Amino acid sequence: MILQAIAFYLMASVTILAGLAVVFARNPVHSVLFLITAFFSAAGLFVLMGAEFLAMLLVVVYVGAVAVLFLFVVMMLDVDFTQLREGFSRYLPIGGAVAGLLTLEMIVVATTVASQGAASASPGPNASAGADVTNAEAIGRVLYTDYVYFFQAAGLVLLVAMIGAIVLTLRHKPGVKRQNIAAQTARTPATGMTIVDIKPGEGISE
Amino acid sequence: MTLADLNLVRPELILAVGALLLLLVGAFRGKGGPVFDLAAMLVLAVAGAAAVTGDQGRAFAGGVVVDNLSTFAKVAIYAASALAIPLGGGWLRARGDDKFEFAILVLLAALGMGMMVSAGDLISLYIGIELHSLALYVLAAFRRDDAKSSEAGLKYFVLGALSSGLLLYGASLIYGFAGSTHFDVIAASVQGQAHTGVLFGLIFLISGLAFKVSAAPFHMWTPDVYEGAPTPVVGFFAGAPKLAAMVLLARALSEGFGAAIGQWQQVIVVIALLSVFVGAFAGLAQKNLKRLWAYSSIANIGYALLGLAAGGESGMQAMLMFMVLYLIDVTGFFACLSALRRDGKPMETIDDMAGLFRERPGLALAITAFSLSALGLPPFSGFFAKFFVFKAALGAGLVWPAVLGLVGSVVAAFYYLRLIKVMWFDPAPGAVEKPPATAMAIALTAALFAFPVVLIALAWLEPLALAASAAFG
Repeated sequence: MILQAIAFYLMASVTILAGLAVVFARNPVHSVLFLITAFFSAAGLFVLMGAEFLAMLLVVVYVGAVAVLFLFVVMMLDVDFTQLREGFSRYLPIGGAVAGLLTLEMIVVATTVASQGAASASPGPNASAGADVTNAEAIGRVLYTDYVYFFQAAGLVLLVAMIGAIVLTLRHKPGVKRQNIAAQTARTPATGMTIVDIKPGEGISE
Repeated sequence: MTLADLNLVRPELILAVGALLLLLVGAFRGKGGPVFDLAAMLVLAVAGAAAVTGDQGRAFAGGVVVDNLSTFAKVAIYAASALAIPLGGGWLRARGDDKFEFAILVLLAALGMGMMVSAGDLISLYIGIELHSLALYVLAAFRRDDAKSSEAGLKYFVLGALSSGLLLYGASLIYGFAGSTHFDVIAASVQGQAHTGVLFGLIFLISGLAFKVSAAPFHMWTPDVYEGAPTPVVGFFAGAPKLAAMVLLARALSEGFGAAIGQWQQVIVVIALLSVFVGAFAGLAQKNLKRLWAYSSIANIGYALLGLAAGGESGMQAMLMFMVLYLIDVTGFFACLSALRRDGKPMETIDDMAGLFRERPGLALAITAFSLSALGLPPFSGFFAKFFVFKAALGAGLVWPAVLGLVGSVVAAFYYLRLIKVMWFDPAPGAVEKPPATAMAIALTAALFAFPVVLIALAWLEPLALAASAAFG
């Protein structure tokens, strides 16, 4: 028990400190790195709660894809972050109000759940799998059975996004030289070269 | 999952597999063409036939509901999508934009809309909406070198994403407080005294869906998107997606929140009347026909929502008939509009239409029929649509909303009549180019449907709509 408590307090404080550091770090790259730290320690918190599948998702999706993407954006794009920060004191009141409201809401929800328990009208399909089944296994059991329709449809949504991106951005420019290995290796001196006889004092025009 | 589950979603499977196969064919050929469009239409026809002949029931643990309502809506949606493919394809080819992706995106949008009308669960509701909206965003921006088209796509996308956010927030609240995403479990949890959290979520859900059907006060995107998007695409997304979203809203409200009708009925009535008046008054100031028809569609959605607010079997029937008749009207109108060009420029403002009757009497007559129908003048189809809505509203005791709806309809009459006056009596400034045959055929067929075919068609449309709404007592 004591070990768990230590782990919890350690990771919780790292999460909060890293979250603060994301906002206050001067260098945007450091911000993103702190964000990754926050994700990792949040994943640790999930493991402590017995939700190892969520922890895996957090690491794989957020750290592996989203945060790295952020890092690329921050490093590739020329965004002037000092300029973005200029209105900090001006927007502090309204930002603080929104943050305060959100915190209040979270406290209300958390205390409600703590006192009454979360609503559970139906445990969902195939949830009676038993206590010895891990999270990932339980999700796997329903994902390809009861939820296969949604799963495949979500795949189609991604396909539409891909087609859309290609339709809207791909341009076939005429005159672009592409590599054609067969044609390139089949070149002979006869086809690849012309011998021009230039008379002295004259140029060639091409 | 069993084979019985797969059997129930046969139309969706046919559409998905068809779209993927055509995508492969298109990717290898690199271009579309009339034959490619025809193949896509064939896929839609087969899917429609599968929907009509297929079994009914629930599949995937209640996520998919196949009943008379979903079949009715699917046939209408697939038919509208099938018409949009040659119309849009021909229009784009005439402007040197021959891309096979157009037909594929319409197919995938139709798939999404089909999923929406048979959604029995908040997850399939959301996925259906996203699938069809994403395809529509791309279609709106399809002419990417045209600044207005890109603007339309971007606006549609940003506001659509916002509405999806509202919808998801509502769905998560409903899930949190009702304990399930299935409509039947939600219905059981709102029996008696519904929890405030569920009702809060319901309001967000209604707001999100009102965005999709462009009901006021969530209508701001409509005029800009209609104006910028390619004309045949506007004809497509003014019809079928709205029908799908209305059916989805009706199903979510009556299957999931039937017991809380006292709570949502007033919201729907307010949204309906706001839409009617915004559509009527804002339409008065419009010069551009696409913008005008955007406001007209806002007003018409108001009437459909009024039918929905009436609730029960007759309200549902009125809403379905209204949406189907409106779908035919709007498809025909935009087919006309996409066919009209004068001096190499598309005719898009009311003044452009001057003298159309002397040059192209067929198209002028068709536009007149659509305008009179949208206005709700007696022998035309729009009259019967509104008649059923008002009958249902009066039957449900919504007397004042019905009267206000009629007032809005009278105000809107002004702009339809002005359009007709300009077409028939004003002198023409130049020669109108010859319209393409496909668009002409669709426009004239739809016009003939608006009057007089509608008189015969009502005889089978009415019982079909009644059968579709029978489950919603």
